[in-house]
Amino acid sequence: MCPIQDNNKCCSGPITKIINARLLKNHEIVEGSYLWFQNGKIIDPQSLFFDHLRDADEIIDAKGLLVVPGFIDTQINGAYGIDFADYEGSDEKIQADINKVAKGLLQYGCTSFCPTVVSSEPAVYKKVLPHLNARKGSATGGAEILGAHIEGPFISVEKKGAHKQSVFRTAENGIQDFDEAYGEELKKGNKAVSIMTLAPELNGVNDTIPDIVARGIKVALGHTSCRIAEAEQAVVKGATSITHLFNAMQAFHHRDPGLIGVLGAADLPIPESPKGHPEPSDTSPCRTKPDPRPFYGIICDGVHVHPNSVRMAYYSHPTGAVLVTDALSAMGLPAGTYSLGGRDVAVDHNGAAYVKGTSTLAGSTITIDECIRNFQKFTNCTVVEAVEAATLHPAELLGISDRKGTLNVGGDADFVFLDDFTGELKVDRVYVAGEQVKLN
Amino acid sequence: MRLIIRSDYDEVSSYVANYVKERIKQFGPTPERPFVLGLPTGSSPVGTYQKLITLYREGQLSFENVVTFNMDEYVGLPRDHPESYHSFMWNNLFLHIDIKPENVNILDGNASDLDEECKRYEAKIALLGGVELFLSGIGPDGHIAFNEPGSSLTSRTRVKTLAYETIIANTRFFDGDVAKVPKLALTVGVATIMDAREVMVIITGAHKAIALGKCVEEGVSHMWTVSAIQLHPKGIIVCDDDATLELHVKTVKYFKSIEHVHHTLIGADNISLQGGIKQLKSNVTGEQLAVHSPFE
Repeated sequence: MCPIQDNNKCCSGPITKIINARLLKNHEIVEGSYLWFQNGKIIDPQSLFFDHLRDADEIIDAKGLLVVPGFIDTQINGAYGIDFADYEGSDEKIQADINKVAKGLLQYGCTSFCPTVVSSEPAVYKKVLPHLNARKGSATGGAEILGAHIEGPFISVEKKGAHKQSVFRTAENGIQDFDEAYGEELKKGNKAVSIMTLAPELNGVNDTIPDIVARGIKVALGHTSCRIAEAEQAVVKGATSITHLFNAMQAFHHRDPGLIGVLGAADLPIPESPKGHPEPSDTSPCRTKPDPRPFYGIICDGVHVHPNSVRMAYYSHPTGAVLVTDALSAMGLPAGTYSLGGRDVAVDHNGAAYVKGTSTLAGSTITIDECIRNFQKFTNCTVVEAVEAATLHPAELLGISDRKGTLNVGGDADFVFLDDFTGELKVDRVYVAGEQVKLN
Repeated sequence: MRLIIRSDYDEVSSYVANYVKERIKQFGPTPERPFVLGLPTGSSPVGTYQKLITLYREGQLSFENVVTFNMDEYVGLPRDHPESYHSFMWNNLFLHIDIKPENVNILDGNASDLDEECKRYEAKIALLGGVELFLSGIGPDGHIAFNEPGSSLTSRTRVKTLAYETIIANTRFFDGDVAKVPKLALTVGVATIMDAREVMVIITGAHKAIALGKCVEEGVSHMWTVSAIQLHPKGIIVCDDDATLELHVKTVKYFKSIEHVHHTLIGADNISLQGGIKQLKSNVTGEQLAVHSPFE
């Protein structure tokens, strides 16, 4: 019986305690500790014990499994035959499709994601972006949506990848052009859009980066043929991420390393606040202050990037690595032909997807847990480092590391039980907002 | 008084944890008749608590019907401050075992009326029929709980001003800033502890040797408040070799020999946990009974 009974902030809601778990906390795997959560949040039960006389109502035995924060995918175009850029169909159908993907992603340990929309006409954004606003996750409703990732149309023709060139544009009128291209949702800032991928060398784009950042949207550089100087300028203007490093950008050249070369930048201005920037590592310009280099998304399906390239990127900038799937609508379905942003895409038996009839990559069919396994294999990094690249780093990129990508008190109760007894990380159980997900 | 000497801190912790486990088991507590246990904080009981947690995890011990009373708590420190004794007990014991929150009693250093809080605490102990076993450590100045030198040996739960030496010693837990260290604490009195049916004091380390010496070989004195244990019918001190450094060789040998005699002549079957003896071992030989001259 609670002695306080203060109805404003009382102790209601069942308290769950996880025992016999190895927890990923503060860059380490900790044994002999416990994880407590209540009302979808991770809590410190000390004051509940002494002040409210509450103890655990439910005890979950993790039986020695590794418990880590839920995975975050910041670039995913669709799955199960559904494409987030598909604007045909009723609002109900679009909503149902999004829910289907959100539910399906939970199976792979992905508890929050940024639905990605490839370059499209203004009418498409007007229709689909309202459905992709940030919304909480649940075991029955699906993974949490962290806001949309809008990739293009302010991108380079030379590096279009599988995007539809006809909708590309420049920004001579600054933020006005962006508002025109995307519609009203862009003004909602990060409640609707968390990340925008753009090419800084296009007219007017570089100078508009600060305005976009001011709305709380993270600016990512990608699908660009910018040179190293332009890339560094864009970072100075406020860009904090690189979209699928190595893909859709200038290849590395020793005298002009292009966007890839930002990983070797030595004199970018050091950020004042750590929020939204990578933590310092041994390769940071200053070992004690936040790293001024951006985060970089990297697709670890073994198709988009050679394993050696992944390792080189990782060792040059370990704290900036963000694992993304860049999955397209074919994810979760067998080999065949599918649609992505109005283009036909062929998926072969290895899961590699190409613009039909070409050798241009068009997204992947990989899942985020497979990305973590591959990343660990490619780079020989530790389990902690591999998991952080899919949890802590994307949360830091979005500036939400107080509630996502962490098992610290105050974090959302999104976590995954991993079975690492065979050496490979396998998803065993998934919880989103404190509810257990029924896995297939 | 029983003086149990073991070789090091780890062995002392094992002895105490095992003793507590056996006492609770033999008591057979129920919700209507719980086992009332007094608990200390500080470095002395940490090893014991770890071993108690292990015994709980192995299924050998349950705290379901155990009621605890802690000895002390700082005044004015928020309960969730990392250095409060609430936090200490939570992190070192309660978090890991199956004790019920309503069975835990720790003095409230933030009560609006501190004197009332002390009276309430004493009344609650009395209501539960008194403490069955009170565990404790000591300070290098021989203080038991926060009953600093000069405390009345018949004292009860009250507010105490901490001795200068104690405040200095605690500075390391408060960012090295003396100003941040609490100067007042609520503590059970010497008599509150000695009212328990059994008192067990953990004394380890060379820095406690002088205090142990004063407590065992000299008189009852308010300058070494733990010495009040001399007047308790069931007092036990469990110490390590280092803590005996200031004792006479004769004293150490005597107490060590007691255990040896009990083992060879009486046997574990005939001796109760609290030292009661029924009879000698049935197969004791004349050889073992004889006193040996040093010249043989």
